[in-house]
This record gives sequence, structure tokens and C-alpha cells, in this order.
Amino acid sequence: MQLWMIFLPVLAALFMPLLFKKIKLHTGWFVFIVPVVLVSYYVSKIGERASYASWTWVADLQLKIDSSLDGLGLLFSILISGIGALVVLYSIFYLDKTKEQLHNFYIYLLLFMTAMLGVVQSDNVISLYLFWELTSISSFLLIGYWFTRDGSRFGALKSMMITVFGGLLMLGGFLILANITGTLSISEMMLQTSVIQESPYFTLAAVLVLLGALTKSAQFPFYIWLPDAMEAPTPVSAYLHSATMVKAGIYLVARFTPIFAYNTTWIWLIVVLGLITLFWGSFFATKQRDLKGILAFSTVSQLGMIMSMLGVAAMSYHVEDGVENVFKFAGFAALFHLINHSTFKGALFMIAGIIDHETGTRDIRKLGGLMSIMPISFTVAMIGSLSMAGLPPFNGFLSKELFFTTMLNAQDFSFASIATLIPVAAWIASIFTFVYCLYFVTGIFFGKQQELPKKPHEAPIGMLISPIILASFVVIMFFIPNVITDALIKPAVLAIQPNLFVAVSDVDIHLQAWHGFVPELWMTLGVIAVGFALFMTVKHWRKIYTIVPEWFSLNQLYRRMMRLADEDMTKLSKLYMTGSIRMYFIYMFAAIVVIVLSTLFIKDGYAFSTDNVSKIGPFDIALVVVLVVGTFTVLFARTRLTAIIALGVVGYSVAMFFVLFNAPDLALTQLSIETVSVALFLLAFYHLPKLSRHEARLPFKLGNFVIAAAVGVMVTLMALAAHSQKLLPSISEYYKETVYKEAGGGNIVNVILVDYRGFDTLFEITVLALAGMAIFGMIKLRRKKGEHHNETK
Amino acid sequence: MKLNNVIMRTMTQMVFFIIFLFSIHIFLAGHFAPGGGFVGGLLMSCAIVLLLITFDLKTVQNLLPINYMVLTASGLALALLTACISAFAGEAFFTHYFDYFTLPLLGKTELHTAMLFDTGVYLVVVGVTMIIIQSIGGDE
Amino acid sequence: MEILMAFVIGFLFFAAIYLILSKSLLRIIIGTGLLSHGAHMLILTMGGLGSDAPPVLADGVSNSSMADPLPQALILTAIVISFGVTAFFLVLAYRAYQELKTDNIDEMRGEEHDE
Repeated sequence: MQLWMIFLPVLAALFMPLLFKKIKLHTGWFVFIVPVVLVSYYVSKIGERASYASWTWVADLQLKIDSSLDGLGLLFSILISGIGALVVLYSIFYLDKTKEQLHNFYIYLLLFMTAMLGVVQSDNVISLYLFWELTSISSFLLIGYWFTRDGSRFGALKSMMITVFGGLLMLGGFLILANITGTLSISEMMLQTSVIQESPYFTLAAVLVLLGALTKSAQFPFYIWLPDAMEAPTPVSAYLHSATMVKAGIYLVARFTPIFAYNTTWIWLIVVLGLITLFWGSFFATKQRDLKGILAFSTVSQLGMIMSMLGVAAMSYHVEDGVENVFKFAGFAALFHLINHSTFKGALFMIAGIIDHETGTRDIRKLGGLMSIMPISFTVAMIGSLSMAGLPPFNGFLSKELFFTTMLNAQDFSFASIATLIPVAAWIASIFTFVYCLYFVTGIFFGKQQELPKKPHEAPIGMLISPIILASFVVIMFFIPNVITDALIKPAVLAIQPNLFVAVSDVDIHLQAWHGFVPELWMTLGVIAVGFALFMTVKHWRKIYTIVPEWFSLNQLYRRMMRLADEDMTKLSKLYMTGSIRMYFIYMFAAIVVIVLSTLFIKDGYAFSTDNVSKIGPFDIALVVVLVVGTFTVLFARTRLTAIIALGVVGYSVAMFFVLFNAPDLALTQLSIETVSVALFLLAFYHLPKLSRHEARLPFKLGNFVIAAAVGVMVTLMALAAHSQKLLPSISEYYKETVYKEAGGGNIVNVILVDYRGFDTLFEITVLALAGMAIFGMIKLRRKKGEHHNETK
Repeated sequence: MKLNNVIMRTMTQMVFFIIFLFSIHIFLAGHFAPGGGFVGGLLMSCAIVLLLITFDLKTVQNLLPINYMVLTASGLALALLTACISAFAGEAFFTHYFDYFTLPLLGKTELHTAMLFDTGVYLVVVGVTMIIIQSIGGDE
Repeated sequence: MEILMAFVIGFLFFAAIYLILSKSLLRIIIGTGLLSHGAHMLILTMGGLGSDAPPVLADGVSNSSMADPLPQALILTAIVISFGVTAFFLVLAYRAYQELKTDNIDEMRGEEHDE
């Protein structure tokens, strides 16, 4: 049941083409059922004990498809299916059935849902990796959904390159862990933390896994794919690129905290990169002109914030204070903000989509004064933005306060002066967060109304339902936060900080809006004051964005690297891939000679012994003479007929050799093949070109001669060496002994063909059949004259 | 290639059947004596090639109205199905079975699933060779 | 005999490679034919030539006096495959010759189709 739930979306996806083509109703209504079923299933699991189910895939390799629903997995599963339901509902009104290829869209979306559920529930690292890459692929498909646009294709490729790059590194980290511990299961790895710590590859594994998380969660300096991913349809941006997929990296860090928290490199990388991302994203959000661009940078920044809190949560592993541990808030705060972020950012993305849909533009410079025209959208946007800015009475305020608490506590971890910078950096970044929140809302809804591509009006109610639900969560969670945290977050914290908490009741954190005049409150007030001041003077300091030139950016670095991989490598390979088959042959033969001869030399394989040689009879001599003469005739033949007949002579003498060497099957086969071959050559004779001599020049011939002679010498040496030393007994003894008893036959060669090595024969006749079909195709299925050009291009 | 050669025609008609029977013999004997599907198939193709050389393509096509594509495909299918038999029985793919039976006229005979597989090989070899020869020979 | 065969095989390979490296299509095809003959003989020689009986169970033949069946099975497969390949090359060559009106391999370089 638990496992089927993961695959429910992808199974439903099978019916999409049918539903889209045969039924008039918007396909989204059918899709909507899936996340609703999922969310009710997962909500019913709240409060139950962690459950585990698995399907064995390859038992010998420990490969399993499994589902482990602990607190953390459940929290993410509810998030994925819950936001999924709202996004599908929203998309029903956002995407027009008559204009869009809805079945493609929903297949990708359902595929993503399965992949994401798989990521957060897998306990087996290999299946985790597979689902992880599946999210990258479905994200690629969804970003490129409007594939006729250049931007979509560019953004899709960029996101795929960066996330798959990280995913592969992460796989490397997993494999190191599996190598150290001898298991593929994360929960079993956690039992061996002391073994893992002693390994010299501990830090390497940590960094590799972290790179997977950083690329996926768009952390600095890998965030550059996320703004370009905004080319996707808005429901996708709201779902994948703010609420769920980008949180897979967060999930990964949270899941692996009990293993890697002992590593200080891991902690510092997460905290420092998280804070840089937080600042970088919030600072550059105000530079953006595109509504979704602002939200993309804001997502980057918020993800950095959650990431940094997880880093602080890992610090708790280095102090032995038990429940009084100062870092006990961090994991809780990270997960709480994760949920809050999904609610307010989801709502804001949907509003951005509505604005785009109703006005025809997403450029914030063209927008303004929509407050009175779109009052509901305005209210929702206001709630979302103020929550993001960290103001009461919204859930963002609670998590922002917790964030400040966490960052203030982080100073206790290290007495280095850099530690005091942590809360300062967090505070400055929060100021810019405040600035872009105001920038976003006022840019759209305040000020003077301008000329717009469409005449703006309030969105249809169906489109507004989802953002309204999300916005109401934003408010409700401020007033009754503890209901939600008790049910969802506290069980999940157990997975991050099992060193502190063993049972849900151990997590004695009680959220309240007012807790006296503590430093956190002053920090919030400071943010509001300075942020407001900066916002009012934005015109004066905006120039700062133009200081750094465009070519000096991470995006340019990405472009350079892509160009290096594509154009420059093409140039390089064209140097030797000249298109001349002759050249390729020369490379190959030269390489074979060099490799074989040097191997013989290094391994001391040259050998020459005259033991065990068989006698040379008069027949043998005669046949050798015929063979050599025949070959010479082929070499020097001036007409086609001579060459073909001489080749036939060589073939027949080979058949005679087979007779001499006690190989009757081979002799029979070679004789009949040779007959058919000669018939074949003669049949094709009419069509074949003359035996022209293009290679008249002497140096050309000489070069060929040298290479051919080298190969000839090499083969002779190899044959001599093979004859002169027998390292291992022939496996044929086995065949000889068992052929009658076990295979019921007497002709060993034939029994090998049809029984012992039947696979070879099966594939051989397949190849033969393919060759026959290819020949048939080349001859019978040729284009008629006249339709020469209109077919291919 | 239309040759008006009475001796060759008469001889061919006889020789064809001799080669044909020999090919069947060598194919059936393959499990205990030299021979088998490959050789049998090739000999059969040789016989048909002989017919083709003596008579022309159309006459032979009327004489032996065989679609060699279908022949090749059915040969492949037969080989594959034989390999699958054991998989359906729950054993490793490609496990062969054999036993000895006393048949009327023939006496004690060994029946072997490998023989079915070899029949597939035989059919594919004949089919492919003839596809190649016919395609080239029929090309204007 | 094995020593003599080693040199004969070397010569076959030499002739085959020399033909394959030439520019004329037909020579290349004939070269592949020679190459497969050389390869078959090589495999057979490597298995040893000094046997007294074919690898077929018969009265009065001991296992040790039988020829090695494995190389023979490999070669049997190879013979049939090389027939298929030679036929394929042959047709490919003459079709290319018909379409391109040249049998010079250097004039047949593939064109790059970039975007």
C-alpha cells in the first residue's frame, strides 16, 4: 500500500493521453484526484509509528525499491501531495485545454510527483538516487514544456546540466558510504557512524553528497539555473521550483545530518554557503524586473536560510548538553520555515501567474496601481509578502524569530571571530529580504496604473482558490502554530537530531509570538526600520547593480563551460575525425599493433617453442602454396574477375585446411559458404565498380605496406606466443566429458552451438537476419528518381 | 540469366533433389555426426542457387513460392521460443530437454529440444541467404 | 605445422590489411574477406592442430585425441557471420557506387550536418 502510493501518480499518468483525447472535461480534474488521495492517505498516517515497506529488486546487489515513512518523510510527503493538489487545481484554470498539450503537461507533473515521493521515502541510496535523477528529468521536461521557445529550451538544459552534475557527484558520495559500511540502507548506515568517521574518505563523501544537495536546492554558486527555470508554466514554478523539488536538497541534508554532522567541514560549508546564498539571493532580487525573477531569487535566498539553519542543527552533535543544548532550535526552525516558505511562496507564485494571465506582462516596470482592480489578489500578495518579510501576524514572523535565535546561538559553536559574523550576516540579509518584499507588492499594486497589453480585471474564482487557501494557512499558522508543529514538525526533528530527542515529547519547544524584549525582537525591529529606509531610497543605490559587469558572472561561466564542452570539443575532435574511413582504419590498426605488442613486451609474453608441434605433411605444403599463391593473385589482380576467383581459391583452400585439421563441420560450412559467396560476387558483378587503381603513388603504397606488415608481424608473433605457452587447460575438456550425459549429443561442435552456447547462436542468427533485412532495404526500398529532395529535408 | 541448356536443366532437376535430401540428412544428423542447422541451411541455399542459375528468378519463384522474409522471421521466432520453453517451466533460459523414445519405423530415437532450436537456425540461414541472393539477382 | 601456419596467417593478415587500406571499394571488400579467413585460421591454430580425430564422439576415440571443439564452434559462427557481413558490404558498396558514381573511398567523406 505504502509503496503503491508512491507509484500511484505514474500509474495515473498512463491514462492521460486517453483522458485528454476522448473526454471534453479539463484533464486536470482527473489529475486532481491523485494528490487528493495521496494527501488524505498521508494525513491519516500522522501520529502513527514510522512504517517501512519494500520490494526487492536485485537481491544480490541489495537493490530495493522501498518506502520508509518516518516523521521527516511524512512531512515532505504531505507537503508534496498537499501543494500538488493545490497546484493542479490552479493549473486547471491557468492552462487552457483548447490551446495546450495538457496530456504532456500532466504526465510530466505526475511523473515528478512519483519521483519526489520516491526521493523523500527511499531508504535505499540507489533507489533514492534513481528517483532523484527522475526529478531532474521531469523538471527538465516541465521547464521545456513550451519547447518552441528558445528560453525554455535553454533553461531546461541548464537546470538539467547543473542538477544532474550534482546528482552524479552525490551518487559518488553514496557509493563511498556504501563501501565503508557495506550497506545501501541509510538507516543501517546511521548505526555505523563511528565506522564512517574513521574512514579517510569521510570528508570526501560528505562534500560529494552535499554538492548534490547544493545543486538541487539552488545554493550559491549553483543557483543560476533557478532563475532560468522560470520559463516553465507558473504552476510548475510554484510547485517544483519553490515548494518541492528545490527542497529535495534540504531534505537530503536533513536526512544525512545524523551521519555527516560529526564532520566540521560539512557544517561550515552548509552554514557559510547557506548564508551567502541568503544574502546573495535577497540582494539581487531587487535588481530583477520580471515578477517570477524576483520570486526565483527570493526562493534561492530562502533556501539558503533553511540550509544555514540545518547547518546549525548539525552543530548540536558537537556539544554534550543533552536537552539544554543551545542548538536544539535549529532543526525545528529549519523545518518550520520550510513549511512556511512553501505556503507563502506558493501563494506568491500563483499571484504572479494570475498577474501574468490577466495583464499579459510580468515586467514590474509596466505594472502598477492594480490594488483597486484586483483586490483579492492584492490581499493574498500582501499576506504572502509580509510573511516573507517576517512581520506579524503571519507565520513568517515566527520562523524569522526562530531563525534569529538559531543564528545568535550559532556563535556559541566557535569562538573564532567569524562566528560573530553569522548573526550579522543573517540580519543584513533579512533587511534585503524586507526590501524586495516591499518592492514586489508596491511594484504591482501601488502607484500609477499604466498601459497594459490586456485590460486587467480580477482573476476567475477558480484560479484564486489555491492562493487563498495557502494565504489562509499563512495566517492560521501564526495563531495556532503548535498544533501543526506537534503533528508534523516534532516527529520530523527526531530524524535530524536523534542525538537530542528520542521521542516526540522530548522536543520541548513551544512557539509563541511574544516572548519579551529579547534580542530577536530588536533585530526584527531593526530590519523593519533599516529595510524601510533602504526601500524609500532604492532609486539612489540601485546603480550598485551595474558595478559588476555582465561578463563577469556565474552565468557567463556556465556559458563558457558549455561552449568549451560543445564547440571547442567539436573542433578538437574534428582534428582527427576527418571523415576519411581510411584514416580511421590507420588509427585502429596502429593502436592495435601498439597495444598488443607493448602488452606482449611488458608482460613478457614473447615465447617461441617448437615443442608439441604437429608434423608437416605433403598435403599441408601443397595447400600452403595454393593459399599463398591465391593471396598474391588477389593482391596483384588487375581485373575484378581474377580477384574474385582468386578469393574463391583462398576460401576453398581454407576449407581444405579444415579437413586436414579434423574440423569436418567447418569444412562443410566453408565449402558451401564459399560456393554461395562466389555466386553472390558474380551476381553482383554487373553492379560492381571496376577494380580501379586510385593508389598509384608510391609513398601512399609504402605507408599502407608498413602498417599492413606491422599487423602481419604482430599476428604472427601472437600466434607463435599462443602456441608456445599454454597457461591454462582448455575448457573443452568439460564439453567433451558432459556432451553425451548432459546434453544428449555426439557432435560436440554442434552441441556447443545449439546448447552450451545457444545464446551466441541466437544472437548470431539475429545479426544474420538483420544483415538480410538491411540488404533487402538497400536494394528494394530506394527512392525513385524525382523524389530525391523532398523527403529528407 | 536465362540459359537454354537442356543438359544442365535436366541435371539440375535431379541434382536439386539430391542436394535437398542431403541437406535434410546432414541437418538431422547434426547432433551426433558433422552437420547441423548452419551447414544444412547453407546446402539448401546452394540447391536453390543452382536452380536460380539454371532457370531464371521468376520460374524459381513460381516453383518455390516462399516468402523468405517470413521464413527468416519464423525461424528466429522458433529459436527464441525454444529458448523460452525452459523459462516458462521456471528453469534458466535456454535449458534444453531431451529423452529417448521408441517411434514406429525409426526405432529408438532421441528427441531433443535443441533440434527445434537448430530448425530455427536452419530456417534463418536459408531465409537470409535467399533474401540476399534474390535481392541482388533481382536488382535491375 | 603450427609455426608454418603462424607465418601463413601473418601473411593473410598483411594482405588483408593492405587491401583494406586501399582506396578502391572492391579491394576493401575483398580485403575483409581475406581478413576473416586469416582470423579463422588464427583461432584454429591457437587451439592446436595436432589432433587425430574430429570432435565427434565415436567408438575407439579417446577424449585426448579429439580436436579441440571450442575453436571450431567459434569459427563456425564466425564463418556464417562473415558471410553476412561480406554480403552486406558488397551491397553497400555497389549501392554507394550507383548513387555517388565513385568508388574512391576518399571522395566519400561524410558531410557534417551541424544543426
